[in-house]
Order: sequence, then C-alpha cells, then structure tokens
Amino acid sequence: MFRFIARRLLQIIPVLWFIVTATFFMIRFVPGGPFTAEKAVTPEILRNLEAHYGLDKPLYQQYFDYMGNLLLHGDLGPSFKYASRTVNEIIADKLPVSIELGAISLGIALVFGLILGVIAAIKRNSFFDYLASSVAMIGICVPTFVLGPLLVLFFAIHLGWFNASGWYTNIDRILPSATLGMVYAAYVARLTRGGMLEVLNQDYIRTARAKGASEFRVIFRHALRGGILPVISFLGPAIAGILTGSFVIETIFQIPGLGREFVNSAFNRDYTLVLGTVILYASLIVTLNLIVDVVQVWLNPKLKFE
Amino acid sequence: MPTILPTEPIPDEPMELEQGSSLWRDAWHRLSKNKIAVFGGVTLIVLTIACIFGPLLSSYSYEDQNLNLGASAPSMSHWLGTDTLGRDLLVRLLVGGRISIGVGLCATLVALTIGVVYGATAGFFADSKISIKWMAILSGVAGVFISIILCFFVFHQWSFGLVFKSGLIALTGGALMGAVLKKIGVTVDELMMRIVDIMYALPFTIFVILLMVFFGRNIVLLFVAIGAVEWLTMARIVRGQIMSIKKMEFIEAARSIGLGKSRIIFRHMIPNVLGPIIVYTTLTIPAVMLLEAFLSFLGLGVQPPLSSWGVLIKDGAEKMEEFWWLLVFPGTIFSLTLFSLNFLGDGLRDALDVRSSKD
Amino acid sequence: MIRRFFASFLSIIAVALFLTGCGKRNSGSSGYDAPIGEDGKKLMVYNAGNGAEPQDLDPQVVTGVPEHNLLMTLFEGLVSEDPQTLEPVPSMAESWDVSDDGLVYTFHLRENAKWSNGERIFAEDFVQSYKRMLTPAFAAEYSYLLWFVVGAEDYNKGKLDDYSKVGFKALDEQTLQVTLNNPTPFFLRILASHYAWYPVPLKVIAQFGSLTDKSTRWTQPGNMVSNGPFQLKEWSPNQRIVMERNPHYWDAATVKLDQVRYYPTEDISSEERTFRTGQLDKTNELPNAKIDAYRKNFPESLRIEPYLGIYYYRLNVTRPPLDDKRVRKALALAIDRESIVRNVTRGGQDPAYAVSYPGTAGYTPRAQLSGDLAEAKRLLAAAGFPNGENWPHVELLYNTSENHRAIAEAIQQMWRTNLGVDVQLTNQEWKVYLDSQDNQDYWVQRAGWIADYVDPNVFLEIWTTGNLNNDTGWSNAEYDQLAAAALAAKNDTERYEIYQRMDAILVDELPVIPIYYYKRVYAMNPKVKGYWPTLLDNHPLKYIYIEEEPEAAAETE
Repeated sequence: MFRFIARRLLQIIPVLWFIVTATFFMIRFVPGGPFTAEKAVTPEILRNLEAHYGLDKPLYQQYFDYMGNLLLHGDLGPSFKYASRTVNEIIADKLPVSIELGAISLGIALVFGLILGVIAAIKRNSFFDYLASSVAMIGICVPTFVLGPLLVLFFAIHLGWFNASGWYTNIDRILPSATLGMVYAAYVARLTRGGMLEVLNQDYIRTARAKGASEFRVIFRHALRGGILPVISFLGPAIAGILTGSFVIETIFQIPGLGREFVNSAFNRDYTLVLGTVILYASLIVTLNLIVDVVQVWLNPKLKFE
Repeated sequence: MPTILPTEPIPDEPMELEQGSSLWRDAWHRLSKNKIAVFGGVTLIVLTIACIFGPLLSSYSYEDQNLNLGASAPSMSHWLGTDTLGRDLLVRLLVGGRISIGVGLCATLVALTIGVVYGATAGFFADSKISIKWMAILSGVAGVFISIILCFFVFHQWSFGLVFKSGLIALTGGALMGAVLKKIGVTVDELMMRIVDIMYALPFTIFVILLMVFFGRNIVLLFVAIGAVEWLTMARIVRGQIMSIKKMEFIEAARSIGLGKSRIIFRHMIPNVLGPIIVYTTLTIPAVMLLEAFLSFLGLGVQPPLSSWGVLIKDGAEKMEEFWWLLVFPGTIFSLTLFSLNFLGDGLRDALDVRSSKD
Repeated sequence: MIRRFFASFLSIIAVALFLTGCGKRNSGSSGYDAPIGEDGKKLMVYNAGNGAEPQDLDPQVVTGVPEHNLLMTLFEGLVSEDPQTLEPVPSMAESWDVSDDGLVYTFHLRENAKWSNGERIFAEDFVQSYKRMLTPAFAAEYSYLLWFVVGAEDYNKGKLDDYSKVGFKALDEQTLQVTLNNPTPFFLRILASHYAWYPVPLKVIAQFGSLTDKSTRWTQPGNMVSNGPFQLKEWSPNQRIVMERNPHYWDAATVKLDQVRYYPTEDISSEERTFRTGQLDKTNELPNAKIDAYRKNFPESLRIEPYLGIYYYRLNVTRPPLDDKRVRKALALAIDRESIVRNVTRGGQDPAYAVSYPGTAGYTPRAQLSGDLAEAKRLLAAAGFPNGENWPHVELLYNTSENHRAIAEAIQQMWRTNLGVDVQLTNQEWKVYLDSQDNQDYWVQRAGWIADYVDPNVFLEIWTTGNLNNDTGWSNAEYDQLAAAALAAKNDTERYEIYQRMDAILVDELPVIPIYYYKRVYAMNPKVKGYWPTLLDNHPLKYIYIEEEPEAAAETE
C-alpha cells in the first residue's frame, strides 16, 4: 500500500506540470488581455503596463520566469487585476472561507444523501422509495441559482431569520450551506440508491442474510460498503469542486470565497490568478482521486494494491 | 470491437436465464410492466412530440414581440403568459425544449459513450503495462484527426502533407512516450486516469472561449465543450465499478473459458454495472441542460431570440417575484422531464438487472 | 465501521448547527448593524452597495467606477465638487487664479491641508504625486488625463527625462502652478471630478516599497494614509470596506457620518434582497424587473436620476452595407426609442436622438435625428435594399447581459418588421467583446459612454479620426478640424457653437446610432439625507447623514 501511494504521489508531478504548462499557454491565446478596458488604453501606456508586469518579454521567457518563481519560491506572482495583492495572498485569504462553506455543505450532502439513498434502496419501488427519490430529485431539478434566492426570500426577507447575504457570523453559514448541500445531497442519494441496488442482490449479501445477520447489520455493515462505491467515485472530483468554492452560491450570498475567483479571474484575464487557482484545483483533484482509489480498494476486499 | 446487438442471446451468461429469451427482450417485458417507468417514458415522448409539433399549431411565433403588452400573466390568449418583451411563453418553452432535449440527449450520449468505453478500458486493464504498439497507433490517429480538424476549421484549406506529417510525428512521439512509460512501469489505468485528472483541472471557461476563437460559433462545438467535461466523472464511476467486479467468480469463469477481452468487458462486465451508469446518465442530463445556459453566456450555443430551458429558467429566476410564471412554467416542465427521465431510468435499471430478475 | 463513520458525521452536523445557532438575526455582530461608539451612542453608519470588488485603493493605479466611489470618500484633490451642481469648489486649494490666456493655473493651498496622519500637505506633494503618475515605469492607466499639462505627455511616453520641464511647479510651500498646453476650459471640472488628480502620500508609500511598484501594501488598513473626509479602517476583500472619520480633514466639522461601509455586490439581484432586509442603505443598481415593483411598493426608496452617459450602437462603416450613409440612417430611423425606454429598459431613460447629452454644462445639441418610417424605407431602397431585398449577412454584437440582450432583441424585431432586414444577434463575453471592438471585428455593436467630467467634449472627442475609442472606422476631416478648433476656442459660447456643428455632422453621418440617455436607477433608504442627484452620480460623502428617528418608530419594511 505504501508503494502504491508513493507511486501515485510521484505521478502528481508530471500531471501538475502538464496542467500548468497547458493553462499558461492556453490563456495567452484567449482574446483580450488583463488591461483590455472599455476606455481604450493608449499604446504607450499599454507598453508601460506590459513592461511593468514583464509581459513584454517573449512568451517562453515568461514561462520560465513563472516556473522558476513557482518552483524555487512557491511564488504565484502578483495579481493583474488586484494590484496590491499577490495570488498567494488571495488564495490564502479566500480558501479557508470556501473550505468552511464546502465542509458544512458536504456534511449536509452526505448525511441527507446517504439516508435518502439507503431508504430508497431498501424500500425499493415502494412509496418510501418514490418519496425519497422525489425529495432528492428536487435538489437536481431546482438549480442553485433558483434555490438560493428562494431560501433568501422566504427565510431572510419574509421571516427575517437571517441576513440576505454576507459572511460574518455563524448564522450566515446556514442558508448558503443548505443550498449547496442540497444539490450534492441529491447526487449522493441517487448514486447511493443505484449502488445499493447493485449490491443488495449479490451473493455475499444473501449469504449474510442466510447466516441470520440482522437486517440493519446486513445493510450498514455489508451492503453500504459496496453500495457507496459509485458515490465514492463521484465524491473525488465533487469534493475538489465543493472545497474550492461555488461561484453561484458565493455570488448569491456575497461570500468572500475562492469560487468567484475561479470564474472571475478567467473573465478578467488575470493570468497569474487563473494559474494559481488552477494549480490549487488540480492538486486537490489529483490528491482526492488518489484518496478515492485508496478508499475503493479498502472497501472492496477483493482488490489489492498493486 | 463487437457491439451489443439487442436481440442476440447471451449463451455464456453464468446466471441462469429462461430459455428462448434474451436480456433485452426480457428487459423490455419487465419494463413494460413497471407502471411508473412507463409513465415516465410516455411523458417524455409526449413532451418531445409537443416540442417538435406544438409550435406549428400555435398562432404565435417564438420571436414575435408585443412590447406594449410586456410581461402578462397566463390568460386565455396566452396560456402560460408572456415574457417581458411580450412573447408567448408557451411557444418559447416548446421551441426551447427542442434545443434543451436535443442538447441534453445528444451531449449526454456523447459523454456516456466516451465515459463508459474509457472507464471500462481503464478499469479492466488496471494492472496491464502499457503497450508501445497501442500508444503509437492511438497517438497517430489523434495526430491525424487533430490536423484534419485544423485544416478544415483554422487554415481553411486541405493539406495532405500536413496531415501525413503530423500523423507520422504523433506516431513516433506516441511510440517513444509509450516506451518511456513502459520502462518506468506505468500501467494503462494510471495513464488513462491521469489524463482524466488533467481534463478535470484545465480551466473550462478558457477552453470554451478558445474553442470559439479557433472554430467560430459552431453548434457542434456545443457538444464538444459539454462532452469534454461531462464524460470524466462517468469514466471514473465506470472504472470503479469495473474494478470492483473484475475479480468476481463469473468474470474469472468467463476468462477461464478463454473469452476475448472486449467480449468480457462489454458482454459481461458492463451489463453488471449498468445501474450506476443509468443513474449517473439521468443525473448528467439536467447538468448538461444547465451547462448549456452557461455556454450561451459565453456566446456559444443558441442565439436569441431562440431560447432554451436553461436560459429561460435563468431569466425567470431573476424575475421570480414580479413575474412568477416566467420561472414556474419553465421550472415545471424542466422538472417534469427530469422526473420522467429518472423514473424511466430506474425502471430501465430494474429491468436490466440480471440478478434481481430471479426475485 | 460504517456506523462510526455515520455517527461522526452526525456529530459534525450537530456541532455545526449548534455553533451557528438557530435564533433570530441578532444585532451588533451581523456585519451590517451600527456599532456602539465609545460614548455609548450608536454610531451613524452608512451602508452602501458598491458594484465590483475594487482593484486597489491607490488612486493612481485603479480605473473603475466602484473604485471612484471609494476614492472620493478617502481622498480630495486640489478642488472638489459642489454636492448639487458638481461645479468646482475649494478643497486642498482654498483659492486659485487663472492667467488671461487660460494656460496657467495657480493654486493656493490651505494651511490646514493635512494627511490623515496629521502631516501637512505642501505644493511639492502634488508635484511629486503627479511625477509618480507620469513615470513610465509605474504605468498608470489613467496617466493620459494629465496630458493637458505641458510636457506631461512626453514625460509619460519616455520622450522627456527632465521632470522639471513638465508644467507642475511648487512656487512655495503653499502655491502650486500648473501650465497647460491649451486653454482647456473644462480643466477645473476634470480636476474636481477625477481621482487621477488626487495627491498620494509619497512618504508613506515609500515606507512600503518603491514608489513605482504597484504591488506595495500601503493601501492596506493600518498603513494607508489619505486626505479626504474619511480614512480606511477595514478592507475585507469581496466582503466590505469600512471607512471612519478622518480627524485631520480640513473640513472635519462638516462631516456627519461616523462610518461609511461599502459592500462589493456584483450580483444586483442579491444586492436588492440585501437592501430589503435593511442591511444596506443604498444599492448600487436595481434590476430592471424590480423597477415597477418599487414604483408601486417602495416609491420612497426608488431613485431614478439623470446620469451623464449615452447608450448607442456603433456601426462599422468599413463593412458593407453599413458603409452607405443611407443604410445607417434607415437603421437609425427604424428604431422606436420611445417604446424601448418605456417597455424594455423601464427606468425612465430618455430616448436619444443625438450623441451629446442634453444639458451638459449648459450645452444641448440642436441637431436631432429626424425622419419617419417612410423616409427610412425610401433610404434603404435608394441604397439598393428595397424592403430588405438583397440584404447581406449582418450581425449585432453585444456583451452578455440580460438587458443588452432584451434591447438587441427588440431592435432586431423593429428592423425586421419596419425595414424587412434581418440581423443576427451575437453575444460575447466582456473581454472578447472588447477585443472585437478594438479590432473592429463587428458589424453593429452595442456600446455606451459614461462621462468622466461634465463637459460636452466627452461625448464628441471620441469620434475624431484615430481616437482609440472611435473603433467605427469613421473619419471626417471637417469633424476633426472642428474638434481641434473647439479646444482653442476663447469662451464657452464660441466652443458650444462648434460642438453644435459637430453634433449635426454626427446625426447626419451616423457612425453611431444613439438609442437612449442613461439614468441611474437604484434603491436608497429615505432616511439618508444630504444627498442630491448629480449628473456624474458623484455624491460627496461629507454632506451625507442618516436622519435619526424616534426610538418608537420601528422599521416597518
């Protein structure tokens, strides 16, 4: 197992290198630059600006400079849009907020999703199944940009229980987490139901039942173990997404998280910030997919680390 | 690569099957007995027909405005009301449905096909070393394919020399890389899954803008862009499932009687992991429909005055307090479609479940 | 195992719910409510939504409108704006003289002109601030606003190395002399309204790094020093910016608010909801769909004010069929502007039949676009497209936004029904759209122009040949001559007559199709006083206050 993990960790290096390099060059071919503005900048001033940020050098030179700073100093460079801040600062500032929002939402998603999914699977094609599935389906049919405002209108404006937006006190965490958690709960519930159904008819479950294990034990000890495999596969990339923030939720609730930077940095052509967020996301994706693979093997006694 | 022919019996299925019936015929039989799945299927068909033919029957067109009327609540003349430019919402919904259902089904099909084949291959060959031959062939094919696309869309002129050369370069490059990877002992699964990791992490917005810069605003790009992201999770799920059943007795049995690899994958393994695949497919369709709205934000996709459900819901959400019908009706028809799809999907899953059929 | 896994998750949720508490919004800590001051009284706080997150708070670095609102709270220039008319009023300079030829301005700084750290501001501070702005290596984007001054353009472009040759002179500690290239009649108005002319605390900046480094930390709370009515207290990116009274401000007695808090609110629907819970005193914008609802339900909160800007369609005159003046005019005439402002934009905008804004510093364009539909059809037929026959492929480009799309859809329909011509709608993401504009890669492009200062020159100068904001390919020798003549005109009467002729050329040639004049539409708590509508939407913060009401009258909203 140690060998397996070490091997996979080594593979992260070429993957990250490829992502950084590809992104670095991709973004330079996108029309418009960091200083493209509605009120046109004169060519002389544009030249000054490019010289100030080193954008006047040949592209390969900029690439080597960037990689050098990144590898030697862990320096992601200055943001082009937010002049007085570095990319490192922006990420350090906003990532904790996104992680907090993400962790609570994830908790909600897993608890509700697994419960709904398991109920739906064991009461298959009964009223409970349809009810649980329908509740889950609502999370899928109602997109976050509809659910978020609806919750605000009812709980913040109509009932006055919460702020309509902001991220100051603990109470401000509830509506955004509920909105984000609901969507993922729906996915988890559907995938759990599907995965459980695959497993419930497997021979080893029949064996367990035949041996007289309690139904609770059969379900939670044996069936769920195999049944949540699809959920686990889904969760790797989903957790990476949920931890790095949701653009929609953060915009609706005015949350100072990283999700907005992911989208806005691309729109602002803030080259360094795009690269910084991509590196972060890529590292998370690769790490989480590694964890998922480990968990998958651990959940399935028939697989071994090779 | 043999495909599954719907009527072909599967004689070597280790589970007992009633004589004279096939997996698919059985499945159809079971599906037609599942009332809620039938309801889902019928609803989908009715909706699709309504979207295709409905607008022809209406006296309104999806683009005819009545600025003085503006947004009006449902009435006898406009059953579902009108939008802020005074256009009939019902017709716009039906016409938008053509786009959304079309994009939803086609793009999901693309994602499904790539994801399943890719994930199953990676899962099955999890422990196999990379074959230099295959690396070279695949890389060569990719090189030819990319250069053909470049010729048509970017340079606008056909150049056999370019295609030939890039194919050759890609072929050698692939072979060399294969040799290196084989030397350091990278497995097929590792290579394939690292490519998935890379695809996950590349910035999507930038990818889409670049697509449009190089290829113009082509409807095909919509499928390319959506397909490029939506197959990834599907591939991971299929791979995980394949790996989990790979060591099971019936697969070992199939292997021991010397069946071909693709036959084992597509005849024995995929049918056994259909459940999660169907579930994830039904989850992908709404995601695709909403992604289409985001792509139209970037300028890819349908152009106004045409619309789609995703765009209508997005617009309606902005005005839900003032003009509730602009959100409620698009939202309802969207949900109705998704519910039907899920019921149909669940029914299909049950019907195709070879094991539960014995219950 | 699984049970333990479950149990731990349930406990996490329980803890989370406990921590977050499930009570009513309690005041004091919500981030919006007014804190209690040292004397035990509630502080007077003004909470305003402010569009996007600011790039920075350095007046010589930033370029946007949200930044403008923040900077005019923190800084003041040589002269400042009257809160009602925006005419220049004394600020850091208590008086000024202008030479007879209109080229030399002499500003007399007040003795109590101070930074928020208590240090005095001298004439040399201005000279050196402008030097920083013009230094090529610093690369200030708005440095061209200083190019009116002798030698400034050359110094900024690196053609002149000796800063003493640039027209900024400190005659003594309190006297600043500025020499201009041309008698620029609107010079004082730019000075009053644009942050590019604010002084910066060079001593403080130098403590945090090189003067020509944009990325120093001098704009962080605790470091930052400014000279306006308020000083920076807190800056939480994407969350809020809090400013408090500056005790060293020369006119501190006028300042009534204890705190100003700006909230970057990119999503205007979310901003409006935040306003309705009472968290904000003012929104930056109001969604179109909400305007009618506010007219009906909260008329006292709805603000619709004139805004010095115009919404228009640029035409690429190098692409057929738009190279034909008759086609451009037919398209312009076939737009029902009244219907657009009444039914689509709905914010009380005025239809525009000329390019200049009526009533800009006493100037109203006489020439108006006129002609009926029959005239439009006749022109189109004369150009070879009777009833839209033979009409080639034409696209209408707009940047992605629901409002722009609705207007484009309405105009597309008007052109189709009125003229029989078909245009395709194309939307692009903002920077791609700007790139298309710069490369003139469009047929018809929606655009807008918002004035930086109150003078008709803003709307007219951009259509001269070679102006970087022209982007239509349109070029007219007579127009260029008039533009040059206007800058040299002796007085406003003469100058405005020249502008009348320029406006007449524009409505005849129509490189742009004017559609409507902007209005600022937003929501504001009626308790906010000392706030007047102004053409530039500038509202000097030192006059603003919140009317206290008796304790008993609770908020009813």
